[in-house]
Amino acid sequence: MTAVDLPGPVLARDGLADVPTSDDTQTRKDYASDQEVRWCPGCGDYIVLNAVQGFLPDLGLRRENIVFVSGIGCSSRFPYYLDTYGMHSIHGRAPAIATGLAITRPDLSVWVVTGDGDALSIGGNHLIHALRRNVNLTILLFNNRIYGLTKGQYSPTSETGKVTKSTPLGSVDRPFNPVSLALGAEGTFVARTIDSDRAHLTEVLRAAASHRGTSIVEIYQNCPIFNDGAFDAFKDKNSREATVISLRHGEPVRFGPDGALGVTRDSVTGSMRVVEVADVGESALVVHDAAADDPSSAFALSRLTDAGALQQSPIGIFRQVEQPTYDDLARQQVATAQGTEGAGDSAGLAALLAGTDTWTVA
Amino acid sequence: MTRQVKQLDRVIIRFAGDSGDGMQLTGDRFTQDTAAFGNDLSTLPNFPAEIRAPAGTMAGVSSFQVHFADHDILTPGDAPDVLVAMNPAALRANLGDVPRGATIIVDTHDFSARNLAKAGYTENPLTNGTLTQFRVHAVDLTTLTVEAVKEFGLTRKDASRAKNMFALGLLSWMYGRPTEPTTEFLTTRFGAKPTLRDANVTAFRTGWNFGETTEAFAVTYEIKPAAMPSGRYRNVTGNAALAFGLIAAGQQSGLPVFLGSYPITPASDILHELSKHKRFGVTTFQAEDEIAGVGAALGAAFGGALGVTTTSGPGVCLKSETLGLAVMLELPLLVCDIQRGGPSTGLPTKTEQSDLLQAMFGRNGEAPLPIVAPRSPADCFDATLEAVRIAVTYRTPVMLLSDGSLANGSEPWLLPDVADLAPIDPDFATAPNARADDGGGSFLPYLRDEDTLARPWAVPGTPGLMNRVGGLEKADRTGDISYDPDNHDLMVRTRQAKVDVIARSLPPTEVDDPGAELGRGARMLVVGWGSTYGAIGAAVRRVRRDRRQVAQVHLRHLNPLPPDLGEILARYDRVVVPEMNLGQLALLLRGRYLVDALSHTQVSGMPFKAAPLADVLRGHLRQLDGQPAVQHSERHPAAGVPA
Repeated sequence: MTAVDLPGPVLARDGLADVPTSDDTQTRKDYASDQEVRWCPGCGDYIVLNAVQGFLPDLGLRRENIVFVSGIGCSSRFPYYLDTYGMHSIHGRAPAIATGLAITRPDLSVWVVTGDGDALSIGGNHLIHALRRNVNLTILLFNNRIYGLTKGQYSPTSETGKVTKSTPLGSVDRPFNPVSLALGAEGTFVARTIDSDRAHLTEVLRAAASHRGTSIVEIYQNCPIFNDGAFDAFKDKNSREATVISLRHGEPVRFGPDGALGVTRDSVTGSMRVVEVADVGESALVVHDAAADDPSSAFALSRLTDAGALQQSPIGIFRQVEQPTYDDLARQQVATAQGTEGAGDSAGLAALLAGTDTWTVA
Repeated sequence: MTRQVKQLDRVIIRFAGDSGDGMQLTGDRFTQDTAAFGNDLSTLPNFPAEIRAPAGTMAGVSSFQVHFADHDILTPGDAPDVLVAMNPAALRANLGDVPRGATIIVDTHDFSARNLAKAGYTENPLTNGTLTQFRVHAVDLTTLTVEAVKEFGLTRKDASRAKNMFALGLLSWMYGRPTEPTTEFLTTRFGAKPTLRDANVTAFRTGWNFGETTEAFAVTYEIKPAAMPSGRYRNVTGNAALAFGLIAAGQQSGLPVFLGSYPITPASDILHELSKHKRFGVTTFQAEDEIAGVGAALGAAFGGALGVTTTSGPGVCLKSETLGLAVMLELPLLVCDIQRGGPSTGLPTKTEQSDLLQAMFGRNGEAPLPIVAPRSPADCFDATLEAVRIAVTYRTPVMLLSDGSLANGSEPWLLPDVADLAPIDPDFATAPNARADDGGGSFLPYLRDEDTLARPWAVPGTPGLMNRVGGLEKADRTGDISYDPDNHDLMVRTRQAKVDVIARSLPPTEVDDPGAELGRGARMLVVGWGSTYGAIGAAVRRVRRDRRQVAQVHLRHLNPLPPDLGEILARYDRVVVPEMNLGQLALLLRGRYLVDALSHTQVSGMPFKAAPLADVLRGHLRQLDGQPAVQHSERHPAAGVPA
């Protein structure tokens, strides 16, 4: 078998570069569909929906060129509430469906809305392959660490020992860290945000939308019915300074009251750990480089998230690198073939059908 | 030496050897040369699922059978007139199919004690007198080949690998095949490796000359070109014809073709073929699994492409949930199931037509979808266009049921005039189709066309038609989520009705019953579908040669069935349904028409043979006459006929 050098990588372009823009001024109302929103009172999904409806007008795209594709789960009802094109598909398959759409329609802004069960359990395979291919999609992964729609079983992000209806003696499997998983698949845009921080959520979504390639944003989202308080450590005004490890590209990773805490790298293992800045000095802190081609540092940062009950977690954009996208390259191969051999027409079809070995019967 | 030239009307040759001996290529070349000569032909490749089973074993035997004639033929033939066996295992594996008096050409090179043992022989069949009933030509083809190509300085291994071309040359001489096409083929194929090119061409020519100059072969045969309808022909396999059909469907509809597929035998060649033709706007996506293959195709269809997925039975299982979604979304989608032996992994390289009921019913809920089946390799082209017509016109997933024997088998194809291909109109929705309360336009994504019951295909990017679809039950017209009991009942019945109305667009069923117009029609009808067309047709011809009457119907549309079928079935005293499964179509016909359809089934992984099938039909005819089904004088017991 041989490998060929692909034609020069498609230049770094905005993820929305091929999506037509609107001349009209849009408001949040333009993006609200006529369907009544039916999540439980207090559900974090409302906040995300509001943020998305509020931020889409800023993108200035033609509404009809936006598509939301979801799987199954509470959050997957999302497309019904947005007045764009949408598909509420089947469990776990939204990344695959969105891939076919994104490859064939570069003029669309394609979003995937999924949850921890949808994306990481039944649809895990599609998620990692979408990330591996770097298809131009924006994936919103609502992580509430529980199965909501099926009424409260543990999920692949639930902490070990979780007592639920299906695990009365505590779950025995270890959870996925979605950011680590995405970085392991070498996702080119990997971020985490939290439903309660509207400003941060919006900022991350904007960056994700304009990233060319697969963007995945893990959203910590509270389920008030089956897993209430899972993210309280990051919401409480008094504690959050010490629990949210805020990641900013080009800045030292520093957090806590008065910036007293920071993150350093172990010179032997390469792993990251939280330290008192006073003990090590500011110069010892890791400077976050989201644009690093090598995902190792981003992965090491992602390991600072607790595997059990969450008390501390990095929030922000872990990785944002420009790499050729699958869909750009696939379309380029078609365009190249059409350029060098001529676009297929009826004469070309006749020649194709005939092939090289024909004979004529009089 | 005077050579006798014998006229034959048809010949069946089987090339058999080890998987690494190049038997498929040899057969394919003989076929191309035969096609170029102008005979009608039909082929049956038969190979193991293992890529390289242990050399010299029965498990590793690969064969290629070609049937060619001076007249129109329908099948790859029952029993070979000539067996070319490249080693002991190939001889042993195929001998049972070779009739008395047939010719066997054996490469004796590998008939060592060790290789005989590998093949399960305790003594050498070439010397122990067990082959006296055949005309055996025992020749050390390998040594002759190695000697012939000595000048090119190849390793012994590489030199001996050209023995298949030696055998091809010899057979080409015996049957007067043209040599130019193969010489040209080898020149192109090995263009980058001149020594291999020269060695293969030399082996091919030496094989020819060996026949010409030695006295071992006293007879050559002449099979005149067949009288075929005038026009331009090529030889084509079913998978290639299917791929061409997809490209043509893209051209005729103006839609970009998007294939989402995961490699699986025997469907992969469609993916391979399509991936070569990107200039026709074809995108091929090798997905991470079968589910993603169909998912991506459905996503592309949502975006206005011609979404296609290709697979075989096990893949259909995995795609089922997405097919249910496609039924619910009512989007055009083509699923090509190249059936193979099942269940489970089953027999990947063998043929069967046992996915019919899976195609009909293999989804949760009432999830009907149309089913179309090609009848021959070349017919895969037309059947594909028909499947796409239905998918696009009625906004529905369609199942195209090909199978392993069609996929790899080949036949001459009278090339269609591209200008005569019917257009396929995607008829995208571009404007609102209803009036809103405020007097402006609104869009109802599930408002249906009165004739076809198809819903509008409104693709993203179309202003004013934004809508959300999904797998939850839809409200009629609006497409909003609805849990209303009456609405669900209506929608289930509507989705079924939409498939049923396709029947209105089908042409009258062709009934092959030569005496019917003179009022002397047959009392018995044979109904088949898919790849059994050739075998059933050949069996029917044999029965008719006995001056017995039998009628034949071969179904292209399995769902919906043609609207005139019930009336046709009712005209006959007996309906016989031969199938390569345990009676799946028969079950459908019985359920639908309350007709006593009698099943004749074979699930061996191999196509029906015409002679035994003819005997089965004769048995049924005798029963109709009030006689016992089985007659002792028959060569083949009429298995499957109730006594």
